[in-house]
Parts: sequence; C-alpha cells; structure tokens
Amino acid sequence: MSGTRLMDEAEIRRAVTRVAHEILERNKGAEGVVLIGIAARGDDLARRLAAEIERIEGSQVRVGALDITFYRDDIGMRADAPEVHETRIDFDVNDRTVVLVDDVLFTGRTIRAAMDALVDFGRPTAIQLAVLVDRGHRELPIRADYVGKNVPTRRDEDVRVALREVDGEDAVLVQAPASSRMGEGA
Amino acid sequence: MNEHLLSIHDVSAEDIVRILDTAESFREVGTRVIKKVPALRGRTVVNLFYENSTRTRISFELAAKRLSADVINFSTSGSSVSKGESLKDTALTLQAMGADAIVIRHSSSGAPLTLTRWVHGSVLNAGDGTHEHPTQALLDLYTMRDRLGRIEGLRAAIVGDVLHSRVARSLSFALAKMGAEATLVGPPTLIPPDAPAWGVQVSHDLESVLPKLDVCYMLRVQKERQRQQYFPSVREYARLFGLTRDRVAALPEGALVMHPGPMNRGVEIDSDVADLPRSVIEEQVTNGIAIRMSLLYLLLGGSRTETGGADA
Repeated sequence: MSGTRLMDEAEIRRAVTRVAHEILERNKGAEGVVLIGIAARGDDLARRLAAEIERIEGSQVRVGALDITFYRDDIGMRADAPEVHETRIDFDVNDRTVVLVDDVLFTGRTIRAAMDALVDFGRPTAIQLAVLVDRGHRELPIRADYVGKNVPTRRDEDVRVALREVDGEDAVLVQAPASSRMGEGA
Repeated sequence: MNEHLLSIHDVSAEDIVRILDTAESFREVGTRVIKKVPALRGRTVVNLFYENSTRTRISFELAAKRLSADVINFSTSGSSVSKGESLKDTALTLQAMGADAIVIRHSSSGAPLTLTRWVHGSVLNAGDGTHEHPTQALLDLYTMRDRLGRIEGLRAAIVGDVLHSRVARSLSFALAKMGAEATLVGPPTLIPPDAPAWGVQVSHDLESVLPKLDVCYMLRVQKERQRQQYFPSVREYARLFGLTRDRVAALPEGALVMHPGPMNRGVEIDSDVADLPRSVIEEQVTNGIAIRMSLLYLLLGGSRTETGGADA
C-alpha cells in the first residue's frame, strides 16, 4: 500500500496499549465492559484491545463484531448495494458498558449507524467510542472517548488503516485524492 | 447482478455466492431480539400472486418487512383481477403507485418476463407455470452449503414429478452452475425429454441412486396427475418413488433429505422420514426468509431502481 505513513507498527501498538489503559481508568476496571468492533478492521482492533486489557488487568472482556451495512444512510445512493460483513455479538449488551471500536473516525455517519444497530440488540448502560485515528471533518455531533491519534487531514484525502490480520502489516496511511494524484502524473 | 430475478440463468456463479453470503448475514438478523433492519426503509415491495401460495408469499412478506420495506399483498381473489383486469393494467397500476419491486407468482410460464416490459422496478419470479422458481433453488443451495459446507461436487437426486416442477428446473440449473452433480429420478412419463440438456443425469430407479447421494430432494406429487395418466396409481407411485424408512437407510451417513413443501406425507415421503434429523425441510423454510432478504437487498439496495436517477 502506498501513501504517506502516519503511524507505523510500533506507534499503533503503543496507541492500542494507551487506549486500553484509558478504558480501564475511565471505567474503573473491566467490570461490565464489552468491546464491539465495527467490521471490517474495527473488530480486529477490538480483539487487540481486549488482549491488552487482559494483559494489564488480568480480566477477560467480551468482544463482538458489528456490521453496520443495513443501517447506512446512503443505501440506494450508490450504484450497487454495499457489501455486507459478519455481525457476531454472542453476549447480552443490556446493562453493560459497550465500547464501540473503529479504525478511522471521519464524518461520524458510521458511528451513528453503529449506535442505531446496537440499540436493536438491547439497552447498554453506556456507549463509548474508541478509534485508532480521528481525522476530523465530522458531519454529525459525535466525538470519540478514546483516540489513538488525532490526524489533521484534508477532506478529500484518503486515510487507510492496514492491520496485520487482514492486510499483512500494521500502518496508517494517508493518500492524496485520486484527482490530484493524476495531476502529479503518479 | 441483473436488475430482475426471473430465472437462474439471470445470475452467475459469482452472483450466487454473493447472494448466499449476504443471506448468511440476514440469517443472523433473524436470530436477534429485534429481527428487523432499516436497510430498505421507504421502498415498496408488491406481492402479486395469481396463484395461491401461502408459504412463498409469507416468506417474501416477512423478508421485505424485516428490511423495513413497505409491503402490499395483491392477490387475485377479491381484487380487480377477479373483475377481469389484465396483467398489463394491473402492472401499470402498481407502477403508477411507485412499486420498487414486484414479486410475482403466475400460472403462466413467462409472465414475470412479460411484466418487466411494463414496470420500471425489479421483478422477482416467485414461480411461473412450469418454468422456474429461482428463489426456491437459491434457498435450497443455501441449505446445502450451510449443512454440508460446499455445493461443488455434491451429488443430489431430484425425485418425482420433474416434468411439471419449476422447482426441479431451477434447482437443476443452479446445481449444474455451481458444479454439483444432479440426477433426476422419476417415472419416464414425468421426466422431461430435454432433461439431459440441463446438465443433469437421468434415472428411473431410485434404489440404485440412493447410496451415492449427499442430498435426496423429494418433489411434491400432485394427485391430479394420476387422472392425467402420468402414473397408474398414487399407491404404485409411492411404492416405486416414495422415500420410505427403508430407502432412507440406504442413504450415506450425513446425507440430507429435502422437500420444497407442501409435503404429501405418505406419498412422496413417509411421515416419519419427514421428521428425521437429516430432514432439513423446516430449515429450508427458515433459510428462505434470509435468501429473500438477501435478494431484495441486493436488487433494491443500489440506485438503479431509484426514481429520479442515480447520484454518487
């Protein structure tokens, strides 16, 4: 994958460790906390956070995966129906603190959809949000509780998170928009 | 994918894999406390049934409702059709009311295709004459893949009145497309002469086929076919081609018994056979909702059917 590297493997590892600590600090331990990652990549990050929390605190937290495709607000606006991923939440979310986990926070529309999806599974005590990268440009009144790294970007830039589990390496990359890349003759 | 689903020939092998994979996610939705997602909010699905079919209509209705689409059931009795309205005028009326998809069941082969000439929305064939019943074939493939882990290389027998069965046609085409080996089994009078051209084998001896099967698919036998002299008596039919307990014992371990319903217990399938653990007939019904959700989502989830044109 090409583009400017915003975070490398070590930085991602440190960010995950710090966010795990912050989750424990804010919630006074791991009691009643569950992690739900937004597919794809948010679920891999959620598993890493759970492993870190177990290492730090010695307690296991449940991890689920949530696909938000059916809750998108742009269905019917794209040429093809968006591709669907797996949803797997095999525990009760009622009366738990759910930490939603995603790779990049951008417009906030994905998180809006995720919250709509989540309340169909039950009524959590609280929903918190953890993201690896917050790149700004919100279109909805949503903010993250835990941020791996704040990255100022241009709206038309493309920010991508690569993870070992799916992409073979850990990295956060930013790419100039396709139109200006063509201008550069790259 | 095509804009309509009229026949298994409308979908490629890759399309079928995508339909089944998407159905997997919708089956998960069916296990939630709230079995409903907002994916097709604001879309209108019309069930246009010229033939009675409670189970297929309910399955489509539930599928559309679980996607948050608005559903209108238009059945021919008690409607303008019983007053003599033609298919064309009914279609134009539904079109004028803004139907995004029309699910049609008709006794005439080709009626769904004809319908596509008059409406802008997607047309889904829910069974037309003796032609095809593609959503049934897709839910059958889903059930096979779910239970047996694959479709390619599976050996399946489709047993019974193949000649009049749109299910058998769609399923034969679908199995051939996915690389499974299908064998049609029945009396010579009920096997269509052009069957070898479907990419399937033909046999008239159920017993010899059973030991090699992964799937034994029984078709419903309509008793009125006896009056039309396709077979001498229901009893003889059951004796030669009915799935009895003895015959089930000849199936390999793990082989499935399937039936599209509604069953004639004691004719094509013995009552206690239908209730065996290897009979997945109820699972077929459950999976049917997920497959129809998948199809409605894939056909209506894009912008092509939206009035007012596409935008990015």
